[in-house]
Amino acid sequence: MSKEKKDSKLSNNIEKNGARIMIDTLLENNIEVCWGYPGGAILPFYDALMHSKLKHYLVRHEQGAVHAAQGYARATGKLGVCITTSGPGATNIMTGLADAKMDSTPVLAVTGQVACADIGSDAFQEVDTYGMTIPITKYNALLKSADDVARVTKEAITIALSGRPGTSLIDFPKDVQVGLSTNYKNIKMRIPDYHFKNPPIEGDVDKLISAINKAEKPVLYVGGGAITSNAYNEIKELAEKAQIPVVSTLMGLGAFAGNHELSLGMLGMHGTAYANKAVMECDLIIALGARFDDRVAGNTSDFAKKAIKAQIDIDPAEIDKRVFVDIYISANLKEALKKINPHIKKKTSGSWVSFIQKLKKENPLKFDLGKGEIKPQYFLHELYKKTKGDAVIVTDVGQHQMWSAQYYPVKHPRQFITSGGLGTMGYGLPAAIGAKIGVGEKPVILISGDGSIQMNIQELATAKMHHIPVKIVIFNNGFLGMVRQWQELFFEKRFSHSIMGYNPNFIKIAEAYDLKAKRIIKKDEIEEGLNFLLENNDACILEVKIPCAEKVYPMIPAGAKYESIIDYEHDNSKGNLFTVVPNNP
Amino acid sequence: MKHTLSVLVKNHYGVLSHVSGLFTRRGYNIDSLSVGETDNPEESIITLVVDEEPHMVLQIEKQLYKLVDVISIEDLTKKESLQRELVILTVKTSKDKRHEILGLVDVFKATIVDMTDSAIMIEMSSNPRRIDTFIRVFSEYTILKMARTGTIALEFPSSKLENTKK
Repeated sequence: MSKEKKDSKLSNNIEKNGARIMIDTLLENNIEVCWGYPGGAILPFYDALMHSKLKHYLVRHEQGAVHAAQGYARATGKLGVCITTSGPGATNIMTGLADAKMDSTPVLAVTGQVACADIGSDAFQEVDTYGMTIPITKYNALLKSADDVARVTKEAITIALSGRPGTSLIDFPKDVQVGLSTNYKNIKMRIPDYHFKNPPIEGDVDKLISAINKAEKPVLYVGGGAITSNAYNEIKELAEKAQIPVVSTLMGLGAFAGNHELSLGMLGMHGTAYANKAVMECDLIIALGARFDDRVAGNTSDFAKKAIKAQIDIDPAEIDKRVFVDIYISANLKEALKKINPHIKKKTSGSWVSFIQKLKKENPLKFDLGKGEIKPQYFLHELYKKTKGDAVIVTDVGQHQMWSAQYYPVKHPRQFITSGGLGTMGYGLPAAIGAKIGVGEKPVILISGDGSIQMNIQELATAKMHHIPVKIVIFNNGFLGMVRQWQELFFEKRFSHSIMGYNPNFIKIAEAYDLKAKRIIKKDEIEEGLNFLLENNDACILEVKIPCAEKVYPMIPAGAKYESIIDYEHDNSKGNLFTVVPNNP
Repeated sequence: MKHTLSVLVKNHYGVLSHVSGLFTRRGYNIDSLSVGETDNPEESIITLVVDEEPHMVLQIEKQLYKLVDVISIEDLTKKESLQRELVILTVKTSKDKRHEILGLVDVFKATIVDMTDSAIMIEMSSNPRRIDTFIRVFSEYTILKMARTGTIALEFPSSKLENTKK
């Protein structure tokens, strides 16, 4: 007999079933919304859900549920919750869990499971959800008794949200959902507290302070951890006080205002030339909640090779993982910076910052305007102007994602929501739906492509049914653009299976879902298209036809050194050269 | 270099999968793994022998610490510790070879656990190096069957070498 069973005998609580206990525990932990899809093994949970205060959004595919939970979590910092049935319901959320784990997004998945007695018998819709989710969760559990539901739920919520956030999964057998227990009040967790208590500041704080004060050419390299730890005010203070230019990873966009004069935008494979050049030239680089991943430090021995490397990360395992650092601090970023900032000497903008400004002027983002067709970069530039850079941008994965990161330099944290680590096509639409629920009035604009949008297009019904006004832009070039780009550059233009022949008519698709849609083809239609997009009160689609040969520049090929950077070369036949330095105020 | 890690974990469903899964998915080389309860039935010790460079061992420790069920980790390579493995083997024998084999068993201070006219079953527990030697010596005869455990290890109470934890 378990400890809890003994305790429960002594308690005076009213008996509740497992499903009820879980929903009440979620509510007690301030969880208000969830996304999901019912099915056989989760029916008792849905029964308890029906009249509860937990708001549920019905999706059209379980993958949509987990991505919506991710979008919500990324937009708000709160826990995103998704509910599915056993078997295929559970396997359909694997991609989203892997995505959330990679991008340190707090997500809790509750999956139905066959009754305990049937586990292992290859029962209908049975799959080893627990075993399958071990590598893609921070915490997972298979419930065996209703007495454990409150504790496990509390542990799952706590672990997902604490430290470096991540994913939790609770596999919930049907008989445990209906099993009765009185054990749900004042429950103690059974996990060592270093897993969820804010960690102490460990490492070389004094060394970093003196390195910053001595550095002549410092750079801050901010990642997703800067957003997770809400460290933006401290980052801004440090950057302005010591006049340190800031480069950002894809995940870190918005942690430092993209229109700040010290911002250099994104670094890495498709980063700005000036961001990468600054990293090449700097004498001190400080990683703030960033992990030197292969799209940033493609060639680890070449990365910031003249610099002292410093890193602050809440996850000690990220220190010395890909790139060895000279100075490290393992801590909550915000807490560490609060301790560091008062000791930083105030500097005035000197030769390093003027060098950076010169780099920006000499190496802007550039493309040819074309002869009347719509260039995606120009469209995004116009979208930025029209929305004053204040819309929440959600993207799918591919060329449009990189163009968005380049040409929509977001100003605020949690304003740029994208699948960074895993690169999941189909993430965008459901994530935008989740984000919109999270942010309320602020406009949420999804930038997608004709490839990505078709990977979860069924979620248009979710947007329609629940009146979630996401604005959808589909860049249609009839190709898997990024695949095509690599094939053109590295596979001698052998476009193997990257042509999206027989694309559907996206306007008719929208109409079929009773949503408004518009297609624009020419540059002079952009204004009209943007008005349509922004003035619509319901979810709507703006299809933007773009040339298929358009590429994302600059580009540092995978694993290559900075010198192999490929930048756009102006071609008169393709119209006038258009240059943008989005990071100039 | 070989490192012996002693990992104290919660003794419940799935812990071993979490630990062994970490090794497969991050591509760490693992020589042996053994697991058993401690004096506290709610906790187990997993003893891992890994063959990796020191910086990688540090990374392994840090990754292990991230598992919710891991309570503590000791790198016993940095301490004076007792390391033990157990081997059981059955060698083919005949009347004229028997005496020779028994002599070797005596040399190794191993134990005979069963004997027939044609086979002898021997067990021995010792440190991994001596077990290797034992097996090598007996391979000169025909080993019919063999089973070997992974290493288990504990720090000597009198150990004075520094241990860096966490």
